[in-house]
Amino acid sequence: MSDVATPTAILKENVWTSNPIFMQVLGICSALAVTNLLVNTWIMTLGVVGVTAMSNLTVSLLKTFIPRKVRMMVQTLIIAFYVIIVDILLRAYLPDISRALGPYVGLIITNCIIMGRAEAFAQSNPPLISLWDGLTSGLGYMGVLLAIALFRELLGFGTLFGYQVLPNAFEPWIIMVMPPSAFFLLGILIWVAKSIMIKQGEPV
Amino acid sequence: MSPEINPLALFVASIFTSNILLANFLGMCSFISISKDMKSSNGLGLAVTLVLFVTAGMNWVVYNLVLVPLGLEYLRYIIFIVVIASIVQIIEMIIDRVSPRLYITLGIFLPLITVNCAILGVSLFMEIRQYSFVQSLTYGLGSGLGWWLAIMLLAAIRRRVEKAPVPAGLKGPGITVITIGFMAMAFIGFGGMLPVQ
Repeated sequence: MSDVATPTAILKENVWTSNPIFMQVLGICSALAVTNLLVNTWIMTLGVVGVTAMSNLTVSLLKTFIPRKVRMMVQTLIIAFYVIIVDILLRAYLPDISRALGPYVGLIITNCIIMGRAEAFAQSNPPLISLWDGLTSGLGYMGVLLAIALFRELLGFGTLFGYQVLPNAFEPWIIMVMPPSAFFLLGILIWVAKSIMIKQGEPV
Repeated sequence: MSPEINPLALFVASIFTSNILLANFLGMCSFISISKDMKSSNGLGLAVTLVLFVTAGMNWVVYNLVLVPLGLEYLRYIIFIVVIASIVQIIEMIIDRVSPRLYITLGIFLPLITVNCAILGVSLFMEIRQYSFVQSLTYGLGSGLGWWLAIMLLAAIRRRVEKAPVPAGLKGPGITVITIGFMAMAFIGFGGMLPVQ
């Protein structure tokens, strides 16, 4: 975390140089499972972005009122509060996707990124910049997951967002629908990202 | 998920074929960061198993006997988290009293567990699949053992991988994630034996 926290610096840092997934391998718990379809991933990561941003804002607003000793618990409760809102919204407006995501919506609570940002950034920064930090961290996360989902849906089903793009003659790769492919794709993405960074001479 | 699954089959399935970590991706954060070291992995695995077993039973009781009759199902996330946090606290105090030696081994891992996705995940799966009490207990225990097994295997593999020549960009998290991918394939290979989930 740099001392001069300008909005653009935070954007670059959160989306690229210390992208929560590439650099810290955080928060993949609740997310890899939903990357087999782009639509699910899109909705899920949108939820994560919203929760990260709002919980960062709330933690930052309340930071002077929360006793240090119980702050973890309070942060968890704040996050849980927003996750419940997301869950209820999904059930009301997108019941199919809500069913497909199953328990993974609730698992946003234990997503380490959200807790990590609240603890590392919102706890010691003013509200607005914390909101921005949460938003950009969520976007960095969203980008990686959408990239994984793109490959998994394209190769596993021959579709993108549910629309057929590959010809019928294309034989779908069953492996892409199954869990291991998510690990392989994530590994390859980390590899590519890190190699680019090494080339650019960034500290890895 | 029908409620008639034999609890024993569920137990075996949750260790191998639908390993909570390799098939459901839960508990990855601490899995990757702790698995550098076998001794810590062992301690964390033991702690996770213990907490999973107790919380699965406890959350079943709280959900079915308190939340459902009161019509408060939408509060389950908060309640589950609070139950997990308090159980972790209680277990910590009991272990401290009963076995100081075990406490030294487990001490630093117990607080980490509150935010381990696997624990909350098992409670949520149990609720969505409508397991009975006995099924929940076996599912909790099986998932814990499966997690323990997976982290020990990965820790052992990582010790070898560290000495292997790996491209610079792939070092660290990259190669670890790919290793986990291979492990996931191996575990899912058991799938034909137990068509449970």
